[in-house]
Amino acid sequence: MTLKDIVQLLDGEVLTPEADLEVEVPCAFASDLISDILMCTKEPTLLLTGLTNNQVIRLSDMIDIVGVIFVRGKRPLDEITAMALERNLPLICTNLTMYRSSGLLFNAGLRSCKI
Amino acid sequence: MAEYWHIREGFEEAVRKHFEQPPEADVTLDSVIPEKDFNSAGKGSADVKNLLKRLGVDPEILRRVAVAAYEAEINVAAHSLGGAMLSHIHPNLIHMIFQDNGPGIGNIEQAMIPGFSTADDMVRELGFGAGLGLPNIKKNTDALHINSEAGNTTFLEFLIFFK
Repeated sequence: MTLKDIVQLLDGEVLTPEADLEVEVPCAFASDLISDILMCTKEPTLLLTGLTNNQVIRLSDMIDIVGVIFVRGKRPLDEITAMALERNLPLICTNLTMYRSSGLLFNAGLRSCKI
Repeated sequence: MAEYWHIREGFEEAVRKHFEQPPEADVTLDSVIPEKDFNSAGKGSADVKNLLKRLGVDPEILRRVAVAAYEAEINVAAHSLGGAMLSHIHPNLIHMIFQDNGPGIGNIEQAMIPGFSTADDMVRELGFGAGLGLPNIKKNTDALHINSEAGNTTFLEFLIFFK
């Protein structure tokens, strides 16, 4: 599954237009807790979260995040988007809840990351 | 001062050797960690990770260093009056030291229990306070040493071998 497929499935809005949406996404993880995300991400992973602060972008300096989906209509500030652009990290917004977004992606075949 | 040690099985001898006769580090990095400054928190850990990456350290080891360093850096920013981090890079390992200005950990054993947290509301709103900081450091390091008590400063150091 590519990021482009994911944008379509979640009726998402891409906040980083330069991002390569053809990139393959192997698996995903969903959480609003930073330590959970750090503990569970050991391979290239798509992150679904309601957190929009700069530490979400900082996480991508530590672990391999292939993109971030902001759920429940959350939108990061422009400076956060700028941080993502510097790192070539794709950001996508969706109005769907974390549960619904995860369910749609799972049903479409996107597996959970190995923890 | 209450003291806590955890050494990964099989690393006892290497850890003892390192602390008995600490060799001089090839490279040392230091950075200040201001209290509750979540704009810059994590930057020190990212710098260490990037340096190790340039030195050709294995990606899985890089991930473990980054996660442990980041958790420790966030702990200082979120729970202390500020402090500093020091990273000694040796040919076969990294030795990281985090020292803060208090107010100390009342019960280290309790703080090691996954899910236990004393984070305040401001810290929790940012997504911290899962109660996994110290457990996550323990899980990703080969040796973890903490020295602290309520009303005093906290000293935390860990070793991760490059194997």
